[in-house]
Amino acid sequence: MDGGFLHDGGSPQEDGFIAVDRVEKVFHVRKRTGFLRSERRQVRAVDALSFTVARGEMVGYIGPNGAGKSTTIKMLTGILTPSGGRLRVAGIDPSRERTRLAQRIGVVFGQRTTLWWDLPLIDSYRLMHRMYRIPDGRYRENLDRLVELLELGALLDVPVRQLSLGQRMRGDIAAALLHDPEVLYLDEPTIGLDVVSKAKVRAFLRELNAERGTTVLLTTHDLQDIEQLCSRVMVIDHGRLVYDGALAGLHEAGDSERTLVVDLERELPPIEAPPARVVRVEGPRQWLAFPASRSAAPLVARIAAEYPLVDLSVREPDIEAVIARMYAERTSA
Amino acid sequence: MGTGRLYAAVAAGGFRRYATYRTATAAGVFTNTVFGLILAYTYLALWHERPHLGGYDKGQALTYVWVGQALLMTVSVMGGGFEDELMERIRTGDIAIDLYRPADLQLWWLAGDLGRALFHLLARGVLPMAVGAFLFPLALPSRPLVWAAFLAAVTLGAVVSFAIRFLVALTAFWLMDGAGVAQIAWITAMFCSGMLLPLNVFPGVLGEIVRALPWASLIQAPADVLLGAADPVAVYARQLAWAAVLLAAGRMLQSAATRRVVVQGG
Amino acid sequence: MAEETYGGVYADAEPVRDRRRPPAHRRPSPAHPDRSSPGEGTYGRVREGLRAYRLITAMWIRSTMAYRASFVMTTLGNLVATALDFVAILLMFSRVDVLGGYRLPEIAFLYGLSATAFGLADLAIGSMDRLGRRVRDGTLDTLLVRPAPVLAQVAADRFGLRRLGRVTQGACVLGYALAAVDVTWTPLKVALVPLTLLSGGLIFCALFVAGAAFQFVAQDASEVQNSFTYGGQTLLQYPPTVFAKELVRGVTFVLPLAFVNWLPALYVLGRPYPLHLPAWVAFTPPLVAAACCAASGLAWRAGLRSYRSTGS
Repeated sequence: MDGGFLHDGGSPQEDGFIAVDRVEKVFHVRKRTGFLRSERRQVRAVDALSFTVARGEMVGYIGPNGAGKSTTIKMLTGILTPSGGRLRVAGIDPSRERTRLAQRIGVVFGQRTTLWWDLPLIDSYRLMHRMYRIPDGRYRENLDRLVELLELGALLDVPVRQLSLGQRMRGDIAAALLHDPEVLYLDEPTIGLDVVSKAKVRAFLRELNAERGTTVLLTTHDLQDIEQLCSRVMVIDHGRLVYDGALAGLHEAGDSERTLVVDLERELPPIEAPPARVVRVEGPRQWLAFPASRSAAPLVARIAAEYPLVDLSVREPDIEAVIARMYAERTSA
Repeated sequence: MGTGRLYAAVAAGGFRRYATYRTATAAGVFTNTVFGLILAYTYLALWHERPHLGGYDKGQALTYVWVGQALLMTVSVMGGGFEDELMERIRTGDIAIDLYRPADLQLWWLAGDLGRALFHLLARGVLPMAVGAFLFPLALPSRPLVWAAFLAAVTLGAVVSFAIRFLVALTAFWLMDGAGVAQIAWITAMFCSGMLLPLNVFPGVLGEIVRALPWASLIQAPADVLLGAADPVAVYARQLAWAAVLLAAGRMLQSAATRRVVVQGG
Repeated sequence: MAEETYGGVYADAEPVRDRRRPPAHRRPSPAHPDRSSPGEGTYGRVREGLRAYRLITAMWIRSTMAYRASFVMTTLGNLVATALDFVAILLMFSRVDVLGGYRLPEIAFLYGLSATAFGLADLAIGSMDRLGRRVRDGTLDTLLVRPAPVLAQVAADRFGLRRLGRVTQGACVLGYALAAVDVTWTPLKVALVPLTLLSGGLIFCALFVAGAAFQFVAQDASEVQNSFTYGGQTLLQYPPTVFAKELVRGVTFVLPLAFVNWLPALYVLGRPYPLHLPAWVAFTPPLVAAACCAASGLAWRAGLRSYRSTGS
């Protein structure tokens, strides 16, 4: 590992690289109640939120829409000022030292490109080079590496407007990393991408995290992103952290189920393979639910041995379903 | 649903669409008032120098200013109404969907635009006019019949304006960059509608030309009806003639464009 | 711990203060050991801002040049469109010889100064009225994660070289006026012309910034800004004698538009200002421009602070 991959933050790491301590964010919302009248209402978007993320961790940050995800990210990047509590990223208070922090973080907004629409991709990178004051040698080195890993070589001279969604996302990720950020925030990095592009983006992020030790915080609706990338997942709902731990544990906590879709050669009575149970039969196709915490492999092996199998696939539970189950669990408990 | 009710619903939709932008409307009223104020003083200076210029007295000239501000958005002198959307639909090819709708393309957009015009007349016309009447001695008619005649001329003006902008929008079928045509269109409209200066103040032959052009139907014609400076019947006749000619031209261009879409396979 | 929580350090790039700041006696002293002094901070910030502005405008110019034909068309269109105001004046003078006691070259002088000054401001930061849109669609956030002052980034946003059309048009009228106007030129009067253009441009810039700041609060209100910028420019094309005294007072003492061109131009033309101000007031536009810029800077800061606390 050369010097480029090491960061001398020079800040105390006493309580995590990203430290969020009882942070809250209260919005005042005006609601129109009549033609000219309106009433003010307080909305607690983030409520006494506390967590820490160590340097080099890769954390999935998930929750339903409006749960406070993006508000948290906005506070961590210095866009929004918290209403209370303490927040530090690399020892920096984001809202007070926004521009200093900006040098040390990278942000990718999934649906808003920061690339220059009418100009060749390389022009956007040249701007980053100047704007972030990246030393020439480091810039060239990083650019070469990113171009190689993200397969951007053929795209550098293509105007951004002609790039596909997946190409543009890869371009955006490269733009966010040219200045060697220590933290990378990704907001829905795989949204709208095809399977191949998703795989490329995930493979790259894994490599980045392993090779450079970049801390990654990722919001997503795609559980596979989390499954393939993050050892740790945080779930936020109604502004509060409702889960913080491994993904497997989340499945347990939510008692969620994955679905095995089995295509048989012919119509057969429901497959018997406990603990999986058949939830739906449609001609030769059967749907089996099994606990998400279990591996699918033994189940598949058993079915393959006992039934005339044509094809099968595993469907992941989606985040909304997992969280909904978690709630059902908690209220019934 | 009867055809009449269909277009009424489209018009109501056009009205409601603009009605949702409350802040923008309030800001627009403010702008109209500020510009009305500035223009009113310059007209006062002009008519101080030449009383009865263009056949108006001072009160009429001042009234003209505020009628202009009230109608600027209503008859869409500066564009920016439905035509931007229509051009965008032509550019993206979505227009093919519209052509399969069980409604007439031209009438559909006309209905929506008239709905918008009504909203702009009420929301951006009335208030600046009231401020103008409060600050300056305007020559406003007291007979309701004159007001009714004025509204009829405004309606016809809105139709002529639509017909022109429909033609402008359809050029997007042939030209890559519709923005250039739209810009030429609004500059011409500003100059020839009487928004810049009453058309009867324009000198000599230039004056005669601009008064004969269709844009005179937008501001000058309704203003003259309100000020009692022209015979409403003659004004209507001219507006109707332009509306008929331009709408017919729009239809011809539309069918040529449709053939083009069909030939290209949409 | 509370000290640690609220004390914080001063941002060397963009200090954002909020209501949660503790009373003065609990704040760390301004001369924080490893921070630059506030004076240096301001200077550094301006320099950083200009640098970011230059970088971003260069990108927009490159973008524009990707469509050369369209650029030529829109520049010409901009020139013609902005010339309409002067055409109206010409039409008026086809029917009269004086307006408000002023002859055509004198009014052209007023027009040329106001249109050129406004054109310069419009060229420099004319897209600031799009701020409301950026707030609405959330793209302002992408600017807030960059290591550059947001004001500079917003000012450079959509930098349109086509706006040279307006400047050119104003400069042409000014050129005609300088040739035609009946003035005994002294060195002072000559010097006053470029000074006026510069100060006037800055006053209009301040208006653009203040208007954008207002859009943090009312995102759909870009038209209010237009009333002051475009409206102000239109007002200043005509001599003050045309307008009511109260209006002239308003644009002299409340919203100091009169310093854009009226006061210095009337001095050059040897005309009395309707409000009986001392003659040296004609030379104060640079000071007024500086004050306007400072005020609009404060307004901007307040607007941005409110955005960052409400996020809407």
